[in-house]
Amino acid sequence: MNLLKKYIFPILFLAFVGLSYAFDFASGKQIGLNFWMFFKEMILFLPLMFILIGLFDVWVPREKIEKHIGRESGWKGTGLVILLATLQAGPLYGAFPFAYILWKKGCSIRNIFIYLGAFATIKIPMLTFEIGFLGLKFSLLRTLITLPVFIIIGYIMEWYLKDKNFEVKQP
Amino acid sequence: MFLNLLPVLLLMLALVSIVLFLIPNETLIKYMGKSSGIEGWLIAAFLGSIALIPGFIAYPLCSVLIKSGVGYTTIAVFITTLMMVGIITLPVEAKFFGWKTSIVRNALSFFAALFIGFLMMIFL
Repeated sequence: MNLLKKYIFPILFLAFVGLSYAFDFASGKQIGLNFWMFFKEMILFLPLMFILIGLFDVWVPREKIEKHIGRESGWKGTGLVILLATLQAGPLYGAFPFAYILWKKGCSIRNIFIYLGAFATIKIPMLTFEIGFLGLKFSLLRTLITLPVFIIIGYIMEWYLKDKNFEVKQP
Repeated sequence: MFLNLLPVLLLMLALVSIVLFLIPNETLIKYMGKSSGIEGWLIAAFLGSIALIPGFIAYPLCSVLIKSGVGYTTIAVFITTLMMVGIITLPVEAKFFGWKTSIVRNALSFFAALFIGFLMMIFL
């Protein structure tokens, strides 16, 4: 019963798509196709992310994280999380579980949000795409301008959350 | 963690599919192409915040937008909000960071995107 309650919206949604196919309802079918596209992206990518998180959890000791990207890590730590984020790929919601594991291991608040910013906007695999479609000048300029902006966001978030007992929760 | 997350992820994907249907590319071109300057940026930022488009579709779409007359600075605003602001992904984000923090992060990123547009205008 509890399980049914948890999945009630996805079930209703799938029923809607199913009925759309049964009654040849074009809009519903289009929505179903969109869903399939996003679902494929998620299914391809999330398991990899969770494996990465699992390995990270087992292999990387807490002291290392605390030392390199923890509260006292400074600019080198910032550089490290940015490097870490830009080498990954996938949609932003995939970065949240990784942010959780970083937090659990002692990464600082500032670096958590810098990581999210870098993950969202500067991914090396995606950069080649951007250059191909929007040109080198635009892509480089956007990257160089965006970089300091989300580092500032990291500082603002750290300042905003400093007395708020902030924690990244495990869902 | 994954199983606890699955219902909200599926809900998010369902919403994303509906939004993508309600705002097709033609609509994006129509609204972003017509307006420029601050108004264009605001529209781009708003659309980018609602939509969730994977990068490998977003960049080709942006090059189409540019060919139909949308400015480069508007595109920068659109891409930034597309990637950093996610209204539909908020329920997922809130599961990790809590609602308040997630809303603050998204709001900050929204204004950051407009600021990035402004800086792009100066340098381009």
